[in-house]
Amino acid sequence: MKRRFCFIAFISIIGLFITGCEYKSEKAKEYINVYSWGEFISNGSEGSIDVNKEFTKETGIKVNYKTFQNNEELFAKLSGGGFDYDVIIPSDYMVSKLIENDMLEKLNFSNIPNFNLINNNFKGLNFDPNNEYSVPYMWGMVGIFYNKEEVVEKEEEISWDILWNKKYKNKILMFDNARDSFAISLLRLGYPINTQDSEKWKEAANELLRQKPLVQAYVMDQIFNKMGNHEAVLAPYYAGDAAAIMKSNENIGFVIPKEGSTMFVDSLCIPKNSSHKRQAEQYINFMCRTDIALANVKHIGYSTPHKEAYEKLDEEVKNNEIFYPSKEVLDKSQIFTNLSPEINSLMDKLWIEVKAGGISENPWMILFILGGFILLYFIIILLKKCRFIK
Amino acid sequence: MKIRLSLFPYLLWMAIFVIVPMMLVVFFSFTDSSGSLTFENLIEAGKYSAVFLRSISLGAASTIICLIIGYPAAHFISKANFKYQNIFIMLLMIPMWTSFLLRTYAWMTLLEYNGLINRLLNFFEIQRLNMINTPGAVMLGMVYNFLPYMILPIYTVLTKIDKKVIEAAQDLGANKLEVFTKVIFPLSIPGIVSGVTMVFVPSVSTFIISKMLGGGSILVIGDLIEMQFLGNAYNPYLGSCISLILMIIIMICMGIMNSLDNGSEEEIFL
Repeated sequence: MKRRFCFIAFISIIGLFITGCEYKSEKAKEYINVYSWGEFISNGSEGSIDVNKEFTKETGIKVNYKTFQNNEELFAKLSGGGFDYDVIIPSDYMVSKLIENDMLEKLNFSNIPNFNLINNNFKGLNFDPNNEYSVPYMWGMVGIFYNKEEVVEKEEEISWDILWNKKYKNKILMFDNARDSFAISLLRLGYPINTQDSEKWKEAANELLRQKPLVQAYVMDQIFNKMGNHEAVLAPYYAGDAAAIMKSNENIGFVIPKEGSTMFVDSLCIPKNSSHKRQAEQYINFMCRTDIALANVKHIGYSTPHKEAYEKLDEEVKNNEIFYPSKEVLDKSQIFTNLSPEINSLMDKLWIEVKAGGISENPWMILFILGGFILLYFIIILLKKCRFIK
Repeated sequence: MKIRLSLFPYLLWMAIFVIVPMMLVVFFSFTDSSGSLTFENLIEAGKYSAVFLRSISLGAASTIICLIIGYPAAHFISKANFKYQNIFIMLLMIPMWTSFLLRTYAWMTLLEYNGLINRLLNFFEIQRLNMINTPGAVMLGMVYNFLPYMILPIYTVLTKIDKKVIEAAQDLGANKLEVFTKVIFPLSIPGIVSGVTMVFVPSVSTFIISKMLGGGSILVIGDLIEMQFLGNAYNPYLGSCISLILMIIIMICMGIMNSLDNGSEEEIFL
């Protein structure tokens, strides 16, 4: 007995020692923790530059790369605390939400000289008006993917209204994401996508409810499959994924509706609790270097805000309206900013209403359900007892 | 002393990863963002009772279908020649070796409007069916995925029934039906109870099946909880409250099932 205890103690001490050593050696070497979208940094496949390895090679700073699924997951992790991230890549509205919650560190732009290479059109956007916290990394537009064989309208005739057209009943896909779906509904009604007017949100929700019988499914990544195998003919999605969808089916076209659309910008930021701010700024500067920015944009397939990287792209991509739309289209596009907590929870509620088809205003219903179950339980016990007494 | 020390890692595990998180869920359920005590979450959660009802009814329906399909299957396997029993059980288990998500994804391509089944129907010039994105498709996914959990416990109980008990019943003049209704079925109730629990609990709380086969428009409790944590309004308080209600519902259901189990045992002895 005692011997076994000694053994366990011995093993755990050894374990502590080993992990302690590792921790120490980790500390001696400089490192940063990067938290970003999956597949969002060039990783060396197909002969491209492995950006993180290159950074380590040049500076000796190790990069721990971790990925998140969506902005909300990033926010949940950051507000939960206990995480030590140095560089994060949130989208537009999440940047403004993080700024509002005092969760971002102001950047020292004298450490990021390559910031000059960023196109001025992408500086000081509405989510970070003075451009103190973020460096734009990638951007793109939302538009409609359509099957050229099935959709009779010409490209220039397509507007957001086509997603409400009864002709295409059960062949329309929608975002399974409240913000993007509501933006489409608001744009169609001609309202700003960041409106703080709750009546406008309710109106947009009503339109979405009206559209629901026509919608085949609310999906995100599955649109690649469903558009590719002809299951659906109309689907709004991000332009950055155009190449992937079009490769699977050459009959698929992409159009940015004439009413204007949403534009998203993902930016490099440093969270407040970062313990390696200097190295993080070094990393951001590195990401803005022309060759690195070029490798990243080629790998991801989104659009780059980097002036020199853009110039070095293939003519075909540069002149492609999908990735780099004309100024008129850009002028009509809007960028998400953070909404007030009231509007956010209203939007969530309305979205559940749209998807569930109405919510009951009677909060006591749930107690009836619970009560019913408990009653059933007691009846069974009672029946059992009676029979036992008999 | 020996048992206790060897039990210690398990107890520690349970305390850290089960009891503490549970207490956090209860704590969050009755607080708001400023940290003061409130019942607001409960009222908010109550507004989604339609979603609760839908989840429970979907789960209950799939459990009943599983039982209707699973019981005869388990009975058949337990009656089969011993040589073949293992083969049948293997056939049941092999699909479970592939990923749960992959199997559900495969159903998607089968049920789609341009999917395999509809193309086959089209080939024989039969009207195409609208199968995917309906509650039926979600139920099919649940039944398909959870059916083995119903068959296995019933099968185990059925094989353990003493042959002598059945022979005695036959000796006393019971026909085939009476042997089944008066001997085999009552003795197999513990298996049914654990089968029903093992199917009902995951089918009430799953959300990926409804997301993939329901087209995102059949909202269940799982979606609701996910939306509170990863939605636009980050609200872990309401999310915890919904989880707590779900846990209570499941606990009551298990209580009901267990009480049925004990009752039947007493019946037998009486």
